[in-house]
Amino acid sequence: MSLNTFFRAFMALALLLYVQNGWAATVLVAVAANFSKPMTEIAEEFEKATGHSANLSFGSTGKFVSQLENGGPFEVLMSADEKGPRKLVEDGLAVPNSQFTYALGKLALWSATPGYVDDQGKILTTGGFKHLALADPKLAPYGTAAIEVLKKLELFKKLEPLFVQGENIAQTYQFVSTANAELGFVALSQVIDNGKIAKGSGWIVPSEDYAPIRQAAVLLKKGAENPAAPALLDFLKSAPALAIIKKYGYDLPK
Amino acid sequence: MLTSADLDTLLLTLKVAGISTSVMLLLGTPLAWWLARTRSAWKGVINAVVALPLVLPPTVLGFYLLVLMGPAGVIGKFTNWLGLGALPFTFAGLVVASALYSMPFVVQPLQAAFTTIGQQPLEAAATLRASPLDTFFSVVMPLAKPGFLTAIILGFSHTVGEFGVVLMVGGNIPDKTRVVSVQIYNHVEALEYNEAHWLAGCLLVFSFAVLLTLYTVLKTQPVAHQLK
Repeated sequence: MSLNTFFRAFMALALLLYVQNGWAATVLVAVAANFSKPMTEIAEEFEKATGHSANLSFGSTGKFVSQLENGGPFEVLMSADEKGPRKLVEDGLAVPNSQFTYALGKLALWSATPGYVDDQGKILTTGGFKHLALADPKLAPYGTAAIEVLKKLELFKKLEPLFVQGENIAQTYQFVSTANAELGFVALSQVIDNGKIAKGSGWIVPSEDYAPIRQAAVLLKKGAENPAAPALLDFLKSAPALAIIKKYGYDLPK
Repeated sequence: MLTSADLDTLLLTLKVAGISTSVMLLLGTPLAWWLARTRSAWKGVINAVVALPLVLPPTVLGFYLLVLMGPAGVIGKFTNWLGLGALPFTFAGLVVASALYSMPFVVQPLQAAFTTIGQQPLEAAATLRASPLDTFFSVVMPLAKPGFLTAIILGFSHTVGEFGVVLMVGGNIPDKTRVVSVQIYNHVEALEYNEAHWLAGCLLVFSFAVLLTLYTVLKTQPVAHQLK
Protein backbone atom coordinates (compact mmCIF):
# COMPACT_ATOMS: atom_id res chain seq x y z
CA MET A 1 0.00 0.00 0.00
CA SER A 2 1.52 3.25 -1.11
CA LEU A 3 1.49 6.17 1.22
CA ASN A 4 -1.04 7.86 -0.99
CA THR A 5 -3.49 4.96 -0.81
CA PHE A 6 -2.99 4.83 2.93
CA PHE A 7 -3.72 8.50 3.18
CA ARG A 8 -6.88 8.10 1.13
CA ALA A 9 -8.06 5.20 3.20
CA PHE A 10 -7.41 7.19 6.33
CA MET A 11 -9.36 10.16 4.99
CA ALA A 12 -12.24 7.90 3.99
CA LEU A 13 -12.31 6.41 7.47
CA ALA A 14 -12.16 9.84 9.08
CA LEU A 15 -15.00 10.99 6.86
CA LEU A 16 -17.01 7.93 7.74
CA LEU A 17 -16.44 8.50 11.44
CA TYR A 18 -17.34 12.15 11.01
CA VAL A 19 -20.55 11.33 9.19
CA GLN A 20 -21.41 8.68 11.72
CA ASN A 21 -20.72 11.13 14.46
CA GLY A 22 -23.07 13.56 12.77
CA TRP A 23 -25.61 10.82 12.45
CA ALA A 24 -25.67 9.68 16.07
CA ALA A 25 -24.54 12.38 18.44
CA THR A 26 -25.04 12.93 22.14
CA VAL A 27 -26.52 16.13 23.50
CA LEU A 28 -25.93 17.34 27.04
CA VAL A 29 -29.18 18.69 28.49
CA ALA A 30 -29.80 20.65 31.67
CA VAL A 31 -33.33 19.85 32.84
CA ALA A 32 -35.37 21.66 35.48
CA ALA A 33 -36.04 19.30 38.40
CA ASN A 34 -39.83 19.29 37.93
CA PHE A 35 -39.43 17.90 34.42
CA SER A 36 -37.12 15.01 35.32
CA LYS A 37 -39.69 12.21 35.00
CA PRO A 38 -41.22 13.20 31.64
CA MET A 39 -37.81 14.11 30.23
CA THR A 40 -36.38 10.70 31.05
CA GLU A 41 -39.19 9.14 29.02
CA ILE A 42 -38.86 11.68 26.22
CA ALA A 43 -35.11 11.01 26.00
CA GLU A 44 -35.78 7.31 25.50
CA GLU A 45 -38.24 8.01 22.69
CA PHE A 46 -35.80 10.53 21.22
CA GLU A 47 -33.08 7.90 21.06
CA LYS A 48 -35.42 5.41 19.42
CA ALA A 49 -36.69 7.92 16.89
CA THR A 50 -33.47 9.68 15.89
CA GLY A 51 -30.54 7.50 16.95
CA HIS A 52 -29.12 10.47 18.84
CA SER A 53 -28.87 10.25 22.57
CA ALA A 54 -29.49 12.78 25.33
CA ASN A 55 -27.47 13.03 28.52
CA LEU A 56 -29.70 14.54 31.19
CA SER A 57 -28.69 16.63 34.18
CA PHE A 58 -31.41 17.52 36.70
CA GLY A 59 -31.39 20.53 38.98
CA SER A 60 -32.77 23.97 39.58
CA THR A 61 -32.93 26.41 36.71
CA GLY A 62 -31.09 29.06 38.70
CA LYS A 63 -28.11 26.78 39.27
CA PHE A 64 -27.95 25.82 35.60
CA VAL A 65 -28.08 29.44 34.46
CA SER A 66 -25.36 30.26 36.96
CA GLN A 67 -23.22 27.39 35.70
CA LEU A 68 -23.78 28.34 32.07
CA GLU A 69 -22.80 31.94 32.79
CA ASN A 70 -19.54 30.49 34.05
CA GLY A 71 -18.74 28.19 31.18
CA GLY A 72 -21.04 25.26 31.94
CA PRO A 73 -20.98 22.56 29.26
CA PHE A 74 -24.72 22.16 28.59
CA GLU A 75 -26.00 22.36 25.02
CA VAL A 76 -29.71 22.63 25.71
CA LEU A 77 -31.45 24.13 28.73
CA MET A 78 -34.97 23.06 29.62
CA SER A 79 -35.84 25.71 32.10
CA ALA A 80 -38.67 25.88 34.62
CA ASP A 81 -39.37 29.45 33.54
CA GLU A 82 -38.84 31.88 30.67
CA LYS A 83 -36.50 34.14 32.60
CA GLY A 84 -33.47 31.85 32.49
CA PRO A 85 -33.48 31.27 28.72
CA ARG A 86 -34.14 34.97 28.09
CA LYS A 87 -31.16 35.95 30.22
CA LEU A 88 -28.91 33.48 28.43
CA VAL A 89 -29.95 34.92 25.07
CA GLU A 90 -29.33 38.46 26.34
CA ASP A 91 -25.89 37.48 27.58
CA GLY A 92 -25.01 36.01 24.20
CA LEU A 93 -24.76 32.44 25.48
CA ALA A 94 -27.86 31.06 23.78
CA VAL A 95 -28.89 31.11 20.14
CA PRO A 96 -31.32 34.02 19.58
CA ASN A 97 -34.89 33.02 18.71
CA SER A 98 -34.27 29.38 19.59
CA GLN A 99 -36.37 29.80 22.72
CA PHE A 100 -39.85 28.28 22.93
CA THR A 101 -42.29 27.11 25.59
CA TYR A 102 -42.40 23.32 25.79
CA ALA A 103 -44.86 22.89 28.65
CA LEU A 104 -47.05 24.78 31.09
CA GLY A 105 -46.33 23.66 34.64
CA LYS A 106 -49.12 22.73 37.03
CA LEU A 107 -49.05 23.11 40.77
CA ALA A 108 -50.41 20.59 43.28
CA LEU A 109 -50.88 20.74 47.03
CA TRP A 110 -49.81 17.32 48.16
CA SER A 111 -49.40 15.17 51.26
CA ALA A 112 -47.85 11.72 51.61
CA THR A 113 -50.73 10.76 53.92
CA PRO A 114 -53.81 9.42 52.11
CA GLY A 115 -56.96 11.41 52.80
CA TYR A 116 -55.05 14.35 54.32
CA VAL A 117 -55.45 16.92 51.56
CA ASP A 118 -59.04 17.28 50.28
CA ASP A 119 -59.66 17.90 46.58
CA GLN A 120 -60.61 21.52 47.21
CA GLY A 121 -57.53 22.45 49.25
CA LYS A 122 -59.73 23.41 52.22
CA ILE A 123 -57.08 22.09 54.57
CA LEU A 124 -55.12 25.31 53.99
CA THR A 125 -57.91 27.20 55.76
CA THR A 126 -58.70 24.63 58.44
CA GLY A 127 -55.01 24.21 59.29
CA GLY A 128 -53.77 21.72 61.89
CA PHE A 129 -50.36 21.24 60.28
CA LYS A 130 -46.99 22.45 61.49
CA HIS A 131 -45.10 22.73 58.21
CA LEU A 132 -46.05 23.76 54.73
CA ALA A 133 -43.35 22.98 52.17
CA LEU A 134 -42.80 24.99 49.03
CA ALA A 135 -39.94 25.75 46.69
CA ASP A 136 -37.97 28.91 47.43
CA PRO A 137 -39.89 31.58 45.45
CA LYS A 138 -36.63 33.38 44.80
CA LEU A 139 -35.23 30.39 42.94
CA ALA A 140 -38.12 28.36 41.58
CA PRO A 141 -41.23 29.38 39.60
CA TYR A 142 -43.26 26.72 41.41
CA GLY A 143 -42.45 28.56 44.63
CA THR A 144 -43.60 31.86 43.12
CA ALA A 145 -46.83 30.20 41.99
CA ALA A 146 -47.44 28.76 45.47
CA ILE A 147 -47.07 32.22 47.02
CA GLU A 148 -49.52 33.60 44.46
CA VAL A 149 -52.10 30.94 45.36
CA LEU A 150 -51.74 31.62 49.08
CA LYS A 151 -52.08 35.36 48.53
CA LYS A 152 -55.19 34.82 46.43
CA LEU A 153 -56.69 32.70 49.23
CA GLU A 154 -55.63 35.43 51.70
CA LEU A 155 -53.69 32.87 53.71
CA PHE A 156 -50.15 34.09 53.06
CA LYS A 157 -49.70 36.05 56.31
CA LYS A 158 -51.22 33.25 58.38
CA LEU A 159 -49.22 30.43 56.84
CA GLU A 160 -45.88 32.13 56.24
CA PRO A 161 -44.49 31.11 59.66
CA LEU A 162 -45.06 27.46 58.71
CA PHE A 163 -43.04 27.62 55.47
CA VAL A 164 -40.19 25.22 54.88
CA GLN A 165 -38.46 25.96 51.61
CA GLY A 166 -36.80 23.52 49.28
CA GLU A 167 -33.94 24.73 47.14
CA ASN A 168 -35.75 23.29 44.13
CA ILE A 169 -38.99 21.44 43.58
CA ALA A 170 -37.32 18.02 43.96
CA GLN A 171 -36.16 18.90 47.46
CA THR A 172 -39.60 20.27 48.29
CA TYR A 173 -41.11 16.95 47.22
CA GLN A 174 -38.55 15.16 49.41
CA PHE A 175 -39.64 17.17 52.49
CA VAL A 176 -43.25 16.14 51.95
CA SER A 177 -42.66 12.54 50.85
CA THR A 178 -40.63 11.83 54.02
CA ALA A 179 -43.59 13.30 55.98
CA ASN A 180 -41.33 15.87 57.61
CA ALA A 181 -43.72 18.46 56.23
CA GLU A 182 -47.35 17.35 56.47
CA LEU A 183 -48.10 18.90 53.11
CA GLY A 184 -46.58 21.12 50.48
CA PHE A 185 -46.85 22.70 47.05
CA VAL A 186 -45.12 20.43 44.53
CA ALA A 187 -45.18 20.07 40.77
CA LEU A 188 -48.13 17.98 39.62
CA SER A 189 -45.71 16.00 37.44
CA GLN A 190 -44.03 14.66 40.58
CA VAL A 191 -47.13 13.04 42.03
CA ILE A 192 -49.24 12.16 39.00
CA ASP A 193 -49.61 8.78 37.37
CA ASN A 194 -52.10 8.08 34.60
CA GLY A 195 -53.91 11.34 35.14
CA LYS A 196 -54.47 10.80 38.87
CA ILE A 197 -52.54 11.62 42.00
CA ALA A 198 -50.69 8.36 42.47
CA LYS A 199 -50.16 8.16 46.23
CA GLY A 200 -50.93 10.15 49.33
CA SER A 201 -53.52 12.84 48.74
CA GLY A 202 -53.59 16.09 46.85
CA TRP A 203 -55.35 19.03 45.36
CA ILE A 204 -54.63 20.06 41.79
CA VAL A 205 -54.60 23.83 42.13
CA PRO A 206 -56.84 25.46 39.48
CA SER A 207 -54.71 27.10 36.78
CA GLU A 208 -56.52 30.43 37.16
CA ASP A 209 -55.17 30.81 40.70
CA TYR A 210 -51.62 31.52 39.52
CA ALA A 211 -49.84 32.97 36.52
CA PRO A 212 -49.00 30.20 34.01
CA ILE A 213 -45.68 28.51 34.69
CA ARG A 214 -44.31 28.76 31.16
CA GLN A 215 -41.39 26.39 30.92
CA ALA A 216 -39.07 27.34 28.10
CA ALA A 217 -36.26 25.50 26.37
CA VAL A 218 -33.36 27.15 24.60
CA LEU A 219 -30.47 26.08 22.38
CA LEU A 220 -27.14 27.16 23.79
CA LYS A 221 -24.34 28.31 21.53
CA LYS A 222 -22.26 25.38 22.78
CA GLY A 223 -24.79 23.06 21.17
CA ALA A 224 -25.31 24.97 17.93
CA GLU A 225 -22.87 22.76 16.01
CA ASN A 226 -24.14 19.51 17.52
CA PRO A 227 -26.86 18.01 15.29
CA ALA A 228 -28.44 16.26 18.27
CA ALA A 229 -29.20 19.55 20.05
CA PRO A 230 -31.64 21.11 17.54
CA ALA A 231 -32.97 17.60 16.87
CA LEU A 232 -33.92 17.30 20.53
CA LEU A 233 -35.62 20.70 20.52
CA ASP A 234 -37.59 19.67 17.42
CA PHE A 235 -38.48 16.38 19.02
CA LEU A 236 -39.98 18.21 22.00
CA LYS A 237 -42.66 19.56 19.66
CA SER A 238 -43.42 16.13 18.16
CA ALA A 239 -46.57 14.14 18.92
CA PRO A 240 -44.88 11.40 21.00
CA ALA A 241 -43.15 14.02 23.19
CA LEU A 242 -46.32 16.06 23.61
CA ALA A 243 -48.20 12.91 24.63
CA ILE A 244 -45.63 12.26 27.39
CA ILE A 245 -45.72 15.89 28.53
CA LYS A 246 -49.50 15.73 28.77
CA LYS A 247 -49.42 12.40 30.58
CA TYR A 248 -47.45 14.04 33.38
CA GLY A 249 -50.13 16.63 33.95
CA TYR A 250 -48.62 19.58 32.11
CA ASP A 251 -50.74 21.74 29.86
CA LEU A 252 -49.49 22.02 26.31
CA PRO A 253 -48.36 25.38 24.99
CA LYS A 254 -50.74 26.87 22.46
CA MET B 1 -23.03 45.31 50.98
CA LEU B 2 -24.39 42.84 53.49
CA THR B 3 -28.15 43.09 53.82
CA SER B 4 -29.87 42.66 57.17
CA ALA B 5 -31.07 39.23 56.05
CA ASP B 6 -27.43 38.31 55.37
CA LEU B 7 -26.43 39.53 58.82
CA ASP B 8 -29.18 37.42 60.35
CA THR B 9 -27.79 34.33 58.65
CA LEU B 10 -24.30 35.16 59.93
CA LEU B 11 -25.56 35.53 63.51
CA LEU B 12 -27.61 32.36 63.27
CA THR B 13 -24.59 30.48 61.94
CA LEU B 14 -22.46 31.64 64.88
CA LYS B 15 -25.23 30.56 67.25
CA VAL B 16 -25.55 27.11 65.69
CA ALA B 17 -21.77 26.66 65.68
CA GLY B 18 -21.41 27.87 69.29
CA ILE B 19 -24.09 25.57 70.66
CA SER B 20 -23.01 22.59 68.55
CA THR B 21 -19.42 23.01 69.72
CA SER B 22 -20.54 22.99 73.36
CA VAL B 23 -22.60 19.87 72.77
CA MET B 24 -19.67 18.21 70.97
CA LEU B 25 -17.29 19.04 73.83
CA LEU B 26 -19.69 17.68 76.45
CA LEU B 27 -20.22 14.41 74.59
CA GLY B 28 -16.88 14.21 72.81
CA THR B 29 -14.62 14.62 75.85
CA PRO B 30 -15.75 11.47 77.69
CA LEU B 31 -15.87 9.60 74.40
CA ALA B 32 -12.34 10.66 73.45
CA TRP B 33 -11.12 9.79 76.95
CA TRP B 34 -12.64 6.32 76.69
CA LEU B 35 -11.17 5.83 73.22
CA ALA B 36 -7.72 6.91 74.42
CA ARG B 37 -7.74 4.52 77.41
CA THR B 38 -9.76 1.50 76.45
CA ARG B 39 -8.49 -1.89 75.37
CA SER B 40 -12.00 -2.95 74.45
CA ALA B 41 -12.58 -4.82 71.21
CA TRP B 42 -15.19 -2.16 70.39
CA LYS B 43 -12.58 0.56 70.12
CA GLY B 44 -12.05 0.04 66.40
CA VAL B 45 -15.77 0.05 65.69
CA ILE B 46 -16.42 3.22 67.69
CA ASN B 47 -13.42 4.94 66.11
CA ALA B 48 -14.77 4.09 62.69
CA VAL B 49 -18.25 5.34 63.55
CA VAL B 50 -16.90 8.64 64.90
CA ALA B 51 -14.76 9.15 61.78
CA LEU B 52 -17.60 8.27 59.40
CA PRO B 53 -18.71 11.87 58.74
CA LEU B 54 -15.18 12.62 57.49
CA VAL B 55 -15.61 10.35 54.50
CA LEU B 56 -19.37 10.24 54.09
CA PRO B 57 -20.85 12.76 51.63
CA PRO B 58 -22.82 15.29 53.70
CA THR B 59 -25.84 14.65 51.53
CA VAL B 60 -25.84 11.00 52.62
CA LEU B 61 -25.77 12.00 56.28
CA GLY B 62 -28.39 14.70 55.61
CA PHE B 63 -30.67 12.33 53.79
CA TYR B 64 -30.49 9.68 56.52
CA LEU B 65 -31.09 12.31 59.19
CA LEU B 66 -34.09 13.66 57.28
CA VAL B 67 -35.57 10.18 57.10
CA LEU B 68 -34.61 9.05 60.63
CA MET B 69 -35.53 12.29 62.40
CA GLY B 70 -38.79 12.63 60.44
CA PRO B 71 -42.12 11.67 62.02
CA ALA B 72 -41.91 8.18 60.52
CA GLY B 73 -38.26 7.60 61.46
CA VAL B 74 -36.84 5.93 64.56
CA ILE B 75 -35.40 9.13 66.03
CA GLY B 76 -38.51 11.09 65.05
CA LYS B 77 -40.76 8.63 66.88
CA PHE B 78 -38.54 8.87 69.96
CA THR B 79 -38.49 12.71 69.99
CA ASN B 80 -42.25 12.70 69.43
CA TRP B 81 -42.65 10.39 72.39
CA LEU B 82 -40.56 12.81 74.46
CA GLY B 83 -42.96 15.55 73.38
CA LEU B 84 -40.31 17.41 71.34
CA GLY B 85 -41.83 16.77 67.93
CA ALA B 86 -39.82 15.94 64.84
CA LEU B 87 -36.43 17.63 64.56
CA PRO B 88 -36.04 18.56 60.89
CA PHE B 89 -36.70 22.25 60.10
CA THR B 90 -35.95 23.24 63.71
CA PHE B 91 -32.99 24.96 65.30
CA ALA B 92 -32.51 21.98 67.63
CA GLY B 93 -32.49 19.64 64.66
CA LEU B 94 -29.80 21.72 63.04
CA VAL B 95 -27.67 21.57 66.19
CA VAL B 96 -28.05 17.78 66.39
CA ALA B 97 -27.15 17.34 62.73
CA SER B 98 -24.18 19.72 62.97
CA ALA B 99 -22.86 18.06 66.11
CA LEU B 100 -22.97 14.64 64.46
CA TYR B 101 -21.32 15.96 61.33
CA SER B 102 -18.47 17.79 63.04
CA MET B 103 -17.91 15.26 65.83
CA PRO B 104 -14.67 13.77 64.40
CA PHE B 105 -13.10 17.23 64.38
CA VAL B 106 -13.59 17.41 68.15
CA VAL B 107 -13.05 13.80 69.20
CA GLN B 108 -9.92 13.10 67.19
CA PRO B 109 -7.72 15.99 68.47
CA LEU B 110 -8.89 15.25 72.03
CA GLN B 111 -8.19 11.55 71.68
CA ALA B 112 -4.72 12.32 70.32
CA ALA B 113 -4.04 14.71 73.22
CA PHE B 114 -5.24 12.21 75.84
CA THR B 115 -3.16 9.41 74.31
CA THR B 116 -0.03 11.56 74.37
CA ILE B 117 -0.38 12.28 78.10
CA GLY B 118 0.12 8.61 78.85
CA GLN B 119 -0.19 6.72 82.11
CA GLN B 120 2.55 8.36 84.21
CA PRO B 121 0.97 11.71 85.21
CA LEU B 122 -2.21 9.84 86.15
CA GLU B 123 -0.34 7.42 88.36
CA ALA B 124 1.54 10.27 89.99
CA ALA B 125 -1.75 12.01 90.73
CA ALA B 126 -3.19 8.79 92.12
CA THR B 127 -0.26 8.39 94.57
CA LEU B 128 -1.10 11.92 95.80
CA ARG B 129 -4.62 10.61 96.49
CA ALA B 130 -6.29 12.70 93.83
CA SER B 131 -9.70 11.36 92.88
CA PRO B 132 -10.15 10.40 89.18
CA LEU B 133 -12.35 13.45 88.61
CA ASP B 134 -9.84 15.73 90.35
CA THR B 135 -7.07 14.18 88.24
CA PHE B 136 -9.00 14.87 85.10
CA PHE B 137 -9.63 18.53 85.88
CA SER B 138 -6.27 19.44 87.45
CA VAL B 139 -3.87 17.19 85.52
CA VAL B 140 -5.37 15.98 82.26
CA MET B 141 -7.13 19.15 81.17
CA PRO B 142 -4.14 21.49 81.53
CA LEU B 143 -1.90 18.96 79.78
CA ALA B 144 -4.41 18.47 77.00
CA LYS B 145 -5.05 22.18 76.54
CA PRO B 146 -3.71 22.38 72.96
CA GLY B 147 -5.93 19.42 72.08
CA PHE B 148 -8.97 21.18 73.53
CA LEU B 149 -8.21 24.41 71.69
CA THR B 150 -7.76 22.56 68.42
CA ALA B 151 -10.99 20.65 69.01
CA ILE B 152 -12.95 23.82 69.76
CA ILE B 153 -11.60 25.76 66.80
CA LEU B 154 -11.97 22.92 64.31
CA GLY B 155 -15.41 21.88 65.58
CA PHE B 156 -16.66 25.46 65.50
CA SER B 157 -15.29 26.41 62.11
CA HIS B 158 -16.30 23.14 60.50
CA THR B 159 -19.88 23.73 61.66
CA VAL B 160 -19.78 27.26 60.24
CA GLY B 161 -18.81 25.88 56.85
CA GLU B 162 -21.26 23.01 56.80
CA PHE B 163 -23.69 22.99 53.90
CA GLY B 164 -24.98 19.68 52.60
CA VAL B 165 -26.50 18.43 55.83
CA VAL B 166 -28.18 21.76 56.56
CA LEU B 167 -29.58 21.93 53.06
CA MET B 168 -31.16 18.51 53.52
CA VAL B 169 -32.68 18.94 56.99
CA GLY B 170 -32.97 22.72 57.35
CA GLY B 171 -35.79 23.87 55.12
CA ASN B 172 -34.27 27.36 54.72
CA ILE B 173 -36.33 29.07 57.44
CA PRO B 174 -35.20 32.63 58.31
CA ASP B 175 -33.76 32.93 61.85
CA LYS B 176 -34.17 29.21 62.45
CA THR B 177 -32.29 27.21 59.85
CA ARG B 178 -31.14 29.64 57.16
CA VAL B 179 -27.40 29.62 57.81
CA VAL B 180 -24.78 31.53 55.90
CA SER B 181 -23.62 28.71 53.60
CA VAL B 182 -27.19 28.14 52.39
CA GLN B 183 -27.68 31.88 51.94
CA ILE B 184 -24.57 32.08 49.75
CA TYR B 185 -25.82 29.16 47.66
CA ASN B 186 -29.20 30.85 47.22
CA HIS B 187 -27.59 34.14 46.24
CA VAL B 188 -25.55 32.36 43.57
CA GLU B 189 -28.59 30.49 42.27
CA ALA B 190 -30.58 33.71 42.10
CA LEU B 191 -27.64 35.25 40.18
CA GLU B 192 -27.13 37.80 42.98
CA TYR B 193 -23.38 37.59 42.61
CA ASN B 194 -22.70 40.84 44.43
CA GLU B 195 -24.42 39.67 47.63
CA ALA B 196 -22.82 36.25 47.26
CA HIS B 197 -19.37 37.87 47.02
CA TRP B 198 -19.84 39.82 50.23
CA LEU B 199 -20.93 36.85 52.29
CA ALA B 200 -18.44 34.48 50.72
CA GLY B 201 -15.70 37.02 51.40
CA CYS B 202 -16.68 37.14 55.07
CA LEU B 203 -16.41 33.35 55.32
CA LEU B 204 -13.08 33.30 53.51
CA VAL B 205 -11.58 35.87 55.90
CA PHE B 206 -13.04 34.01 58.87
CA SER B 207 -11.69 30.64 57.79
CA PHE B 208 -8.24 32.03 57.08
CA ALA B 209 -8.14 33.80 60.46
CA VAL B 210 -9.10 30.56 62.20
CA LEU B 211 -6.39 28.53 60.52
CA LEU B 212 -3.82 31.29 61.02
CA THR B 213 -4.57 31.28 64.74
CA LEU B 214 -4.32 27.53 64.78
CA TYR B 215 -0.91 27.40 63.12
CA THR B 216 0.78 30.52 64.49
CA VAL B 217 -0.59 31.30 67.94
CA LEU B 218 -1.24 27.71 68.96
CA LYS B 219 1.54 26.29 66.77
CA THR B 220 -0.30 23.07 66.12
CA GLN B 221 0.45 20.55 63.42
CA PRO B 222 -1.46 20.75 60.15
CA VAL B 223 -4.96 19.36 60.46
CA ALA B 224 -4.38 16.40 58.19
CA HIS B 225 -1.55 15.28 60.46
CA GLN B 226 -3.68 15.71 63.57
CA LEU B 227 -6.39 13.51 62.23
CA LYS B 228 -4.12 10.55 61.62
